[in-house]
Amino acid sequence: MDRVSHPVSKALAAVGDPSQLLPAREQMAFTLGFHIILVPFGVALTALMLIAHYRGLRHGDGDALRLARRWSKVAAVLFAVGAITGTVLSFELGILWPGLMGDYGAAFGMPFAVEGLFFFLEAIFVSIYLYGWNRLPPWAHFWTGVPVVLASLGGAAAVIAANSWMNQPGGITLRDGHVTAVRPLRVFFNGAFWYETVHMLLAAYIVAGFTVAGVYAAGMLKGRRDRHHRLGFLIGFLVAAAAIPVQIFVGDTVARQVFQDEPAKFAAIELLPATGDHVPENLGGFLVDGKVRYGLPVPDMASILAGFTPSTEIKGLEAIPAEVRPTDRSVTIVHLAFDVMVGTTFLMFGLVLWFAWLWWRGRTMPTNRWFLRGAAVSGLVAVVCLESGWVVTEVGRQPWTVVGLLLTRQAVTTRGNLWPLFGATVALYAAVGIGAVLVLRGMARHWRTAGDETVYVPYGPEQPFAASGTAGEER
Amino acid sequence: MNLSDVVALVMFVGVVAYALFGGADFGAGFWDLTAGGAERGKNPRHLVDLSIGPVWEANHTWLIYCLVMLWSGFPTAFAAITTTLYLPLVLAALGIVLRGAGFAFRKVSVRTPQQRLNGTLFAASSVLTPYCFGSIAGGIASGRVPSGGNGDAVTSWLNPTSVLGGILAVVSCAYLAAFYLATAAHRLDDAGLERYFRHRALLAGAVAGVVSIAGIFVLRTDAPRLFHQLSHRGLPLMALAALCGIVGMAGARLGRRAGRREIAALAIAAVVVGWGVAQYPFLLGTHLRIHEAAAPDTTLAVLLGVACVAALIILPSLILLFRLSGQGRLRART
Repeated sequence: MDRVSHPVSKALAAVGDPSQLLPAREQMAFTLGFHIILVPFGVALTALMLIAHYRGLRHGDGDALRLARRWSKVAAVLFAVGAITGTVLSFELGILWPGLMGDYGAAFGMPFAVEGLFFFLEAIFVSIYLYGWNRLPPWAHFWTGVPVVLASLGGAAAVIAANSWMNQPGGITLRDGHVTAVRPLRVFFNGAFWYETVHMLLAAYIVAGFTVAGVYAAGMLKGRRDRHHRLGFLIGFLVAAAAIPVQIFVGDTVARQVFQDEPAKFAAIELLPATGDHVPENLGGFLVDGKVRYGLPVPDMASILAGFTPSTEIKGLEAIPAEVRPTDRSVTIVHLAFDVMVGTTFLMFGLVLWFAWLWWRGRTMPTNRWFLRGAAVSGLVAVVCLESGWVVTEVGRQPWTVVGLLLTRQAVTTRGNLWPLFGATVALYAAVGIGAVLVLRGMARHWRTAGDETVYVPYGPEQPFAASGTAGEER
Repeated sequence: MNLSDVVALVMFVGVVAYALFGGADFGAGFWDLTAGGAERGKNPRHLVDLSIGPVWEANHTWLIYCLVMLWSGFPTAFAAITTTLYLPLVLAALGIVLRGAGFAFRKVSVRTPQQRLNGTLFAASSVLTPYCFGSIAGGIASGRVPSGGNGDAVTSWLNPTSVLGGILAVVSCAYLAAFYLATAAHRLDDAGLERYFRHRALLAGAVAGVVSIAGIFVLRTDAPRLFHQLSHRGLPLMALAALCGIVGMAGARLGRRAGRREIAALAIAAVVVGWGVAQYPFLLGTHLRIHEAAAPDTTLAVLLGVACVAALIILPSLILLFRLSGQGRLRART
């Protein structure tokens, strides 16, 4: 390959940004942002489903079993959509970012091989589990769901290994810009692996939990207060409620790790132009011409959060060489996204406290309308939180694709005109998204009016043949 | 044979598996597309749903397997392919989205117009996607992807060998699927539907034969090196493919059931393996050797490890799934 991407100085000789950079980044952000919403349902909805399933079998609870069965069908539809958007991403890695794949595929690509393994396992057992309802012995059927949950955790961890490696690359030997040796364990278990993984998995449980709870809260607002709705609400809500405080603790740890290991990202998060101590925590605000505007500063707070004392020094954007310093706009995006992530997390935590208070007062499932309204939108809030978290880590890495090794403008393709492709992708994904929502709503309506047996899902069992000329009876 | 050859071989096993399992699913989509109006095509379409419903995601996963093996094990070749053949790759990705969404949504949608729209998307993209993959294979095999990438965006896949590859891929998928579906119909004791797909197997086999014979002349002028290798080193495999094709069609004509799916699969596998054998030891055309494109040995070792784990864990699970769905063991217990 004639592409020489290392050392950095050589790359910096390249003037300006290629015209493909903006559309490629928009395309990647859009498709990744779409896909990431589906991930929690593969990772955590399947776990909620097994919780309900376990309860149903253990206590002979028909409501719980029905919930498990319905959730498995919802998970199947979302799994199908997630599988196709995930496949598109693997095409895009090559089509949009040949520099990344060509130069660092030997390291960066490796975790995806492991992910592929988990995905394969998941796809197989999702089918078996969906077919198993009323067909396999009850507990054997329950156990066929366990590989689905475990494989989804493993798969997510493997993808995050690749992503965290881009933030804190290591485990490779470079010669003339080529990877000549790889230390796989160091690539997988890179500096950012554990905290990114734990942070994301918790986020997945929060998103799936609140989304499920939100659906039943909305049902309760419409007057459906039966046990089915209360149980569905409680399983989702309690899982998310348990994850939120842990997430606040983990998120705080992650931020301190980023402070230590990724000072450029941390400077952007804190909207900090110059290195210093007694750094205030800016709530909101923009960076304009290298200066902070309109923020609400809380004195000394950033320093205290980063190092527990006001005298903690935090590196500012100034400390980054001018050629690789992020633009004001990306710094502002990272900072605001961080604020949104933290703000929405505390909103959700507030909802959990409200629930606890209502429960403590009433000793039963709260039916306060304002609480239910809050719960009904909590899934959306969780999705906003998840998206903003990914914006922090992805935009926070700019202008690097692999920090210190590969600039985004070196990774991007120069082929074709990407804007039409981007437009077509948005239209296509909008259609798929709307299709998925319509299908899920149709399923819910069907369940209410016609019962459970007549809803068919992508991997699930079929309806028997219609009685007609050539058709045989299914036995 | 060094480590990179072994990894290339393991990757190629995925290519063959995708051609057979993914191929049968694509072919089912082809027959879905050509099944006629809503009423006439109802039963064939239903059989397509029945037979690929539980396995289509697992079959699709072979593609992911091939991609990750290629980009981790042979990153420079992957970058060269994606910067050259990006147009058919984008079209294939489009096909995969429409196909997956169409198939998944058709099963859940209740109204006929919705089903028709989703079904058409599923079926049309079942033709588009294998065509693109076939033309990509043709582009690679005929040496139109330069080692450094950035080859001609248009002629790299709109050329005689690629067109041949694309058409052959679509026809092979249809051929394979017709045999699979005939067997599925037999399992349901539906003699009418079995006859229906047997006729289509014969038809697809005849078309495949004609395309293959025409292909001899195309390859001789357009990709002489590939033609030479296919007609020398690859000759036994080509002969095997032809033999299986003839035996399979004779079987279909006479209504023989035993082993018909296996023989059809063997014919397709022989063609795909023939491509691999003809291309060895090159990954791209005749200019990039497998070992030149390979990642460092540690990466290759990890990939080999992943493949071994896959063989230990995935294969038994996959066999379980195929047995459960194929033999109808998961039908309702009374």
